[in-house]
Amino acid sequence: MAVAQTEQKTIRLIVTRQDSPDSQPYEEEFEIPYRPNMNVISAFMEIQRNPVNAKGEKTTPVCWEANCLEEVCGACSMVINGKARQACTALIDKLEQPIRIEPMRTFPVVRDLIVDRSRMFEALKKVKAWIPIDGTYDLGPGPRMAESKRQIAYELSRCMTCGVCLEVCPNVSENNNFIGPAAISQVRLFNMHPTGEMNKEERLDALMGDGGIEGCGNSQNCVQACPKGIPLTTSIAEMNKEVTKHMFRKWLNT
Amino acid sequence: MKWDYFYSRRLHSLLGVIPLGVFLIMHMLSNFRAFEGGPEGFQRQVEAIHNLPLLLFLEIFGIWLPLVYHGVYGLFIAFQARHNVNRYGYFRNQMFLWQRITGVITIVFVAWHTAHTRLQVALGNITVDELGQQMHAIVTNPIYYILYIIGIVAATFHFANGMWAFLVSWGITVGPRAQRVSSYIWMGVFVIMSVLFILAITAFANTEFAGITG
Repeated sequence: MAVAQTEQKTIRLIVTRQDSPDSQPYEEEFEIPYRPNMNVISAFMEIQRNPVNAKGEKTTPVCWEANCLEEVCGACSMVINGKARQACTALIDKLEQPIRIEPMRTFPVVRDLIVDRSRMFEALKKVKAWIPIDGTYDLGPGPRMAESKRQIAYELSRCMTCGVCLEVCPNVSENNNFIGPAAISQVRLFNMHPTGEMNKEERLDALMGDGGIEGCGNSQNCVQACPKGIPLTTSIAEMNKEVTKHMFRKWLNT
Repeated sequence: MKWDYFYSRRLHSLLGVIPLGVFLIMHMLSNFRAFEGGPEGFQRQVEAIHNLPLLLFLEIFGIWLPLVYHGVYGLFIAFQARHNVNRYGYFRNQMFLWQRITGVITIVFVAWHTAHTRLQVALGNITVDELGQQMHAIVTNPIYYILYIIGIVAATFHFANGMWAFLVSWGITVGPRAQRVSSYIWMGVFVIMSVLFILAITAFANTEFAGITG
């Protein structure tokens, strides 16, 4: 390291670690050299290069997940100083020290900060968050989408399934199967699409199913926490409206 | 029949408004007679209620069964949440917590309140004409009076904030502005209802109520 050893600035991190899915979590403190413009990921890289904790003992490097490093993939979500967010945009200069880092424990912890977000992908399958376009012949181009709709759809499409909204939701936990805000908002996105709309009843039925939209208790933490600023509570209320209409249609028409 | 999550939650939400919310408002208005009309006014109000046709039927289907369903299922919902206000202290998250706290207080309060009013009438210990006197005896005890006020405030909060949530859950207030305006309106309702209820309960402490035997 090129930085002079005298009067060197350091960063203190307290990481909640867990060696395996079944083992007990424990805290480990690290003190690493400061460089300008660091984020939590580069701090972890520093620990990876020199896996020694604050007591000077050699330890295993901290495990984490990251891909894009520009807050669009959602892989590096974790709880930093008590708030669920992405590690890549958590700039060291803007964080209070010691920086406390924990995994998003709403999800099963795989190791250290790596969690298993399968629950979210299962939820997307449950609500059929896709648009079926395959046919036995060329179906031709789909209907056009109004610009006003497209603008809302664009906002909703920015969801990266990062898991922050589930982590902050008091109604998502291991003892229930609530699909969470992200999947509900995706139903809004796909039901808004002119081709996706053709299967909207199937998605509304899924929202009326077990673990569906009724799991929401309106704490509205999701909309406060969403790193992409997606209007999640508007999506939920909008889907509540659609589900209410769908419910009455089903009662009265069948 | 298979236990259906969606319909049982929607039923819970609906029963909180109709009939329970409606009942709470009726109860508030009839109690307010005690403040407005004194013992005689209150007495006339009690008689008017007792002259309703199919009274027991109305009580069972309009109050007791909905109350038991909303209360028991509500407790189940309240204790399922993993509260995180300490980490995420946003206004609505706090309301989410308070909705559950006041729900638990309300159910305990309602059970206690019924035990020394409606239950006493049912057991034949007092007649309906002695209800005013009974309330006078309760609220002249300062501890009971404070517990009553806590119960009343919890119940009206649970109703008003529950109405806010009802409007969201049924898809009536969708956007953030609608939900914000709804918050103001229902918090206003909470304050007004609490004041009216407390004026009524305080009226019972008046010595006028002590001697009424009807």
